[in-house]
Amino acid sequence: MTDRTLANSQLGSLDYDPAPESASIAKLKASYGLFIDGEFTSPSRHEQFPSLNPATEETLATVAQASAADVDRAVGAARRAYASTWSKTSGAQRSKYLFRIARLIQERSRELAVVETLDNGKPIRESRDVDIPLAAAHFFYYAGWADKLDYAGYGRNPKPLGVAGQIIPWNFPLLMAAWKLAPALAAGNTCVLKPAETTPLSALLLAEILQQAELPEGVVNIITGDGSTGSALVDHPDVDKIAFTGLTEVGRNIQQRTAASHKHLTLELGGKGANIVFEDAPIDEMIEGIIDGIFFNQGHVCCAGSRLLVQESIADEVLRRLIRRVEQLRVGDPLDKNTDVGAINSAAQLLRIRELTDVGEGEGATRYTSSCELPQKGYWFAPTVFADVAQSHRIAREEIFGPVLSVLTFRTPEEAVAKANNTNYGLACGVWSEKGSRTLWVAQRLRAGVIWANTYNRFDPTSPFGGMRESGFGREGGRHGLEAYLNV
Amino acid sequence: MSDTRLDVRKTYKLLINGAFPRSESGRSYEVVTAKGAFLANVAQGSRKDVRDAVVAARSAQPKWWGATAYNRGQVIYRLAEMAESRREELAEHVQLSEGVSARAAKAVVASSIDRVVWYAGWTDKIAQVFGGTNPVAGPYFNFSIPVPSGVVGVLADQESSLLAFVDAVLAPMCVGNTVVAITSERRPTPAVLLGEMTASSDFPGGVLNIITGRTDELAPTLAAHEDVDGIDLAGVARDAANDLAATGAQSIKRVLRVVPTNDDSLRRLRAFIETSTVWHTIGQ
Repeated sequence: MTDRTLANSQLGSLDYDPAPESASIAKLKASYGLFIDGEFTSPSRHEQFPSLNPATEETLATVAQASAADVDRAVGAARRAYASTWSKTSGAQRSKYLFRIARLIQERSRELAVVETLDNGKPIRESRDVDIPLAAAHFFYYAGWADKLDYAGYGRNPKPLGVAGQIIPWNFPLLMAAWKLAPALAAGNTCVLKPAETTPLSALLLAEILQQAELPEGVVNIITGDGSTGSALVDHPDVDKIAFTGLTEVGRNIQQRTAASHKHLTLELGGKGANIVFEDAPIDEMIEGIIDGIFFNQGHVCCAGSRLLVQESIADEVLRRLIRRVEQLRVGDPLDKNTDVGAINSAAQLLRIRELTDVGEGEGATRYTSSCELPQKGYWFAPTVFADVAQSHRIAREEIFGPVLSVLTFRTPEEAVAKANNTNYGLACGVWSEKGSRTLWVAQRLRAGVIWANTYNRFDPTSPFGGMRESGFGREGGRHGLEAYLNV
Repeated sequence: MSDTRLDVRKTYKLLINGAFPRSESGRSYEVVTAKGAFLANVAQGSRKDVRDAVVAARSAQPKWWGATAYNRGQVIYRLAEMAESRREELAEHVQLSEGVSARAAKAVVASSIDRVVWYAGWTDKIAQVFGGTNPVAGPYFNFSIPVPSGVVGVLADQESSLLAFVDAVLAPMCVGNTVVAITSERRPTPAVLLGEMTASSDFPGGVLNIITGRTDELAPTLAAHEDVDGIDLAGVARDAANDLAATGAQSIKRVLRVVPTNDDSLRRLRAFIETSTVWHTIGQ
């Protein structure tokens, strides 16, 4: 046994003590109504459905199933608020409301982080350090724009669109709500927000925050429900704008359904991000970047670096190191502060990941799965790496949206670019190299809305995010993010 | 003898490097209200105080600019929060100093705080509004970013004791400059109060330095100082400003002269930023 393997085996026998965050910080009610016109109200059909903790399969709370009649009520409230209040509220006033919301999120960040982790299954480290601070920062950033729209590059006195219907996914529940609401409100729109079916709770806490901020009634309405609720919102004739984040199939359907209407549309859809690794890349940072690119948030990230394109000369070394690193990932209790990979958000998503990985094995790719122990209850999937993947394999083409990495190789920069672009998606890519000129050469040729160089999965309210091709259109974040909510 | 409580009267001091010294000269001068009644004894800063303040501003500048724009925005917003809770006191001083009605003074304070909020929102938008990429005709990635000039000297408006002061100091600070401000000579206390609030708003020491005293004595030192990169003379009468501008020319200072009322050209924000352009090759 060499010194190094000895050290590794000793390290392997050492483990962290549990460091759980307290679930009791989340003071959830047993059930929640629909947030319409500034208050929580019962849904018309009095239907409630449970929101589960995916790590335990326990019910956290029940939430209301909004019917088409409820959607109509919410849109009506948003329309009235737009006509009577919000369109007459100055940019400076809107700004001050948004600053209030940002501050309240900061003040209640610990509670929000715990609720997010309970409802979504993501590690508390991520909800605490990424989701919630970024959500507050997003409100803070767009607060500053509300009274500066004249300077945003869209001409003098740009006007809002009116009532925005916003449908968000379950992977970053509060953050996606912030991405949708903050620019819409800054630009002067009123909103009807539909959180994802499996992760509605942080949005309902946000509703409480909006009450605390004394945001005028009806300016933001938050309605929970399944796909039928979102569908009714998309079809509602009095909605001026639909902003959707989610599956490409659903986005396609929404685009078709709104094609003949007056409705403005922005879509942030799926991705199959390529992480391109050149032989001169700094290897330790690069391995961490690849790991972070695919296993961050259990891989439930539309811009995840789910395809690793590694230069042939270093492929064996990279794969060996990746597998070793995957073994070290701590999978388990999302509330534990040392957890790296939490629970899969739902049974349905777990099924989808299992299906695609089975197909991957069937198509001939070589599978490496972490030997970590998985909890008995809840939805779990061990971090997995596929080597020997061909471009034609489904695991190289379809979005798995789970902790699964497909590794392919290339020889030249041209080949890397060709392979990276060989997808219908175009959301994000990573490039790892110490040679800046080549990174920029590659970046120029990648058909992706976001390109990270020597890093991955970085987000900031000032930086525009969004896709090309079938990853959607429109940008969220930055000055560009205002355009989605201005009639310009 | 009655038991009437005696007021604890306050000394209005300088703000240098996050501390509140009396003038190194030991001097103070009497400030009176618009109606001529005694208001306060205020430190009468010296040329040495100005030089100390410039040293403080210079050493604070890399840290202030090195903080994220988001962080600078948070700090400035915190100042608005602090001012909000002391707005009665600010209004009282504006009223006494400027001789306006209580209602007008309150309105001035409200506008001043709202201006602070406005600048808080600018910190992370400057680069997006004034920067960008340049499509040069060659294999280069070329981009320009606005960067602060460095240390900015402000000669505050003599009449508008708070609102003009807020604009003059917050605009250069929000883009990453540090500031040495000489207050209105006859109406210094609202600015001094604002300086006190910065001390409880997470501003690093030295980002804002405030000198009270005789403008005629102090201004030439500030304008001539080789380590001051820009000077705001918008609050100075034309003849005096001409002289100071000529003095500043010796070290090629950026000089802000006139800011029209209701100016929406972002003149103040642009006055003390430089454009830094990066060329990076593109190639395999």
